Amino acid sequence: MLDVRGLRKVYEGAGRRVEAVRDLTFTVGAGELVCLVGPSGCGKTTLLKCVAGLLAPTAGEILLGGRPVTGPPPGMAVVFQEYGRSLFPWMRVGENVELPLKQQRMPKARRRELVADALRSVGLTDAAGAYPWQLSGGMQQRVAIARALAYEPDVLLMDEPFAAVDAQTRADLEDLVRGLWRARGITVLFVTHDIDEAVYLGERVLVLSASPTVVREQLSIDLPSERDQLHTRVAPRFAELRTQVYAQVQAAKRGAAVPAADVRTPTPPAT
Amino acid sequence: MKDAHLDGAPPERARGGRPELTNAALGAAGLAGFLALCEAVPRLGIVSAEYFPPVSRIADALVGELGDGAFWTALGDTLTGWALGLAIAVTAGVLAGVVISVVPYLREATASTIEFLRPIPSVALIPLAVLLYGTELRSVLLLVVYASFWQVLLQTLYGVRDVDPVAEETARSYGLGTWARVRHVLWPTALPYVMTGVRLAAAVALILAVTAELVIGAPGLGARIAVAQTSQAVPEMYALVVVTGVLGLLINVGARTVERRALAWHQSVRGEVAV
Amino acid sequence: MKRPALRLVLALALPVLLVTVWWFASAGSTDVYRPPLRTILTTFPDVWTGERLRADVLPSLLRLLAGYAAAAVLGVALGTVIGSYRRVRAVCEPVLEFLRAVPPPVLVPVIMLFAGIGDTMKVAVIASGCVWPVLLNTVEGVRAVDPVLSETARGYGITGAARLRHVVLRSASPQIFTGLRQALSIGIILMVISEMFAASNGLGFTIVQFQRQFAIPGMWTGILLLGLLGFLLSVVFQLVERRVLGWYHGLRASSRRSP
Repeated sequence: MLDVRGLRKVYEGAGRRVEAVRDLTFTVGAGELVCLVGPSGCGKTTLLKCVAGLLAPTAGEILLGGRPVTGPPPGMAVVFQEYGRSLFPWMRVGENVELPLKQQRMPKARRRELVADALRSVGLTDAAGAYPWQLSGGMQQRVAIARALAYEPDVLLMDEPFAAVDAQTRADLEDLVRGLWRARGITVLFVTHDIDEAVYLGERVLVLSASPTVVREQLSIDLPSERDQLHTRVAPRFAELRTQVYAQVQAAKRGAAVPAADVRTPTPPAT
Repeated sequence: MKDAHLDGAPPERARGGRPELTNAALGAAGLAGFLALCEAVPRLGIVSAEYFPPVSRIADALVGELGDGAFWTALGDTLTGWALGLAIAVTAGVLAGVVISVVPYLREATASTIEFLRPIPSVALIPLAVLLYGTELRSVLLLVVYASFWQVLLQTLYGVRDVDPVAEETARSYGLGTWARVRHVLWPTALPYVMTGVRLAAAVALILAVTAELVIGAPGLGARIAVAQTSQAVPEMYALVVVTGVLGLLINVGARTVERRALAWHQSVRGEVAV
Repeated sequence: MKRPALRLVLALALPVLLVTVWWFASAGSTDVYRPPLRTILTTFPDVWTGERLRADVLPSLLRLLAGYAAAAVLGVALGTVIGSYRRVRAVCEPVLEFLRAVPPPVLVPVIMLFAGIGDTMKVAVIASGCVWPVLLNTVEGVRAVDPVLSETARGYGITGAARLRHVVLRSASPQIFTGLRQALSIGIILMVISEMFAASNGLGFTIVQFQRQFAIPGMWTGILLLGLLGFLLSVVFQLVERRVLGWYHGLRASSRRSP
């Protein structure tokens, strides 16, 4: 479904070059939920923006369903971390969800159906008439997810979507994403810096190195597909996988402590 | 949050060398282009040079003005009206703002009156000024003070409203009296807003000073423009318009610099309160 | 129950007090320049008859409306273009800064050269004075569109005209309205002084006529009417603004509650 081949991204600044991503190759199968985890400042956001077609890679290519990504491809939706800034504050919740569909010139009846369905699946049917800023952070992120769902994407990219919500809301949203993934068979690429979250959500976890980024390790998460916050997180296998990922991330961080000469720049591109 | 900025910034910066330098060069090019256009349009006969003389002739006229003592007197008159009016408006605006905020119920009692008086266009007072003071400086001051007073007053009121209730209560609980609270809590909070008010008032004051001179005939640059117009001295008129523009520019830049200097210590990110 | 009543009393007390003071202080006035308020008020309906409103006030308002609308359209359109391209902005900035700094009233004699003393001149004067605050605020607003919002829109294929309409202009609308508000007060000033300079009808013209003929109570009624007009226009503006920017005020209030 999604092929990333030899992706490289170098920012050329005033008299300095920052190599954010060195050489990334991985594949996400159709209907798979893959988590990307890595130390902070490891170029995760850069990678995701390249995949989303929002940034042009310096080298390498990204194929979506066999076709190269050169701009934001149809059939791909992104959920950003900053829910407060990715929803349009001048539109009500329903209009926020509907706008991308309007842009596709979809008939009104179908649009209504999709919006209602998406809001129902995130449990926000009653909030359609509210403005985003009238909702709590967790609810706002639900709206962003609903907007992505209504778009009926083949691939859903999520960039640390729950990094800015409180722990309990976060657990709820994780279950929501996993539930939606199972119910709808969407391909999900989920970026996070939270190891537990990656193991809990993913079918597969890719551990990235520190910037300039390469894939350090791929782990299959062989937990049962029926997961819940209470039991999964205390399962011995969960602890093992978690430890394994943790060790890899720690090693990646140590690797970052002795960087190549061209990496040490005043402001390396974060995440 | 940080990611987005960092990721967004490099591509834009990537194209040219130093951004400030390129911007300055582009700005200079823009200015040069504008001047060249203003020279070419009348020379090519697109607009009659009688209405719109080429830049070079305006520059000649400007040099002529700069060598004329009467011009400097006029400039001095305009600046006097501006500075005096602004000083009165700022003093009155700040005092009134603080008093209205500190005395209980006064804010509520004055709100409707302020809302009514503020939008009254100051030029409505022109005939009154003419009758009462003729072409004296006081005419100019009446208009300038009326127009700029509201800018300062409103920003002061907004600023005082921004005082953190926790800070205010802390000060109260430590037994600070009214004056001490005004000095240590209220004033530092309101200062950024007051400075914004002063900057806005400085621009308005210049507009009204020139208007008063232009319409009433009080001595100053505005009156000189009116004279140039009636005597068909078109290039001189344009030269004087340019001078008022430069004056406005200097006042804007100066006010912004003072504002930034005075508030270098201030942490708060304050939006300009829309008036 | 008590709060609204108290608020009403507080809102009315000072205006009533001021008018009363004016009334009694001026009651026995023999100063020609400061006639009793009573005289001014009784003169008001005689001066501002329906005929005069139609012949003088209406033309003024129409000119203001035409100039203001032209400035708004031009300012927003140009501001959007300049704000969208970094290089265009860099090229235009110094020139715009200068043009904005020119006190708008000095444009009256300049524009009179081109457009004579007719309606065209007045509309052009109002438009050329009002355009700068709108233009510069639009530039700032368009420039400050949130990058996350902008990328979200791009990710969902919202580009071109739809992006302009749903994202850029909406996001810039608070700044655009700040500019429009500044432009409104400049517009009223220019409306009045362009008529004081050269006109055969209009509010500014009439008031100056009264003053020149020493029809002092008439002049005072004109000043009152102008004040009333300024107040009404600002009320209308606020109503429109509250409707269009309801979301913005709500957003600000909510972010103030939970920073």
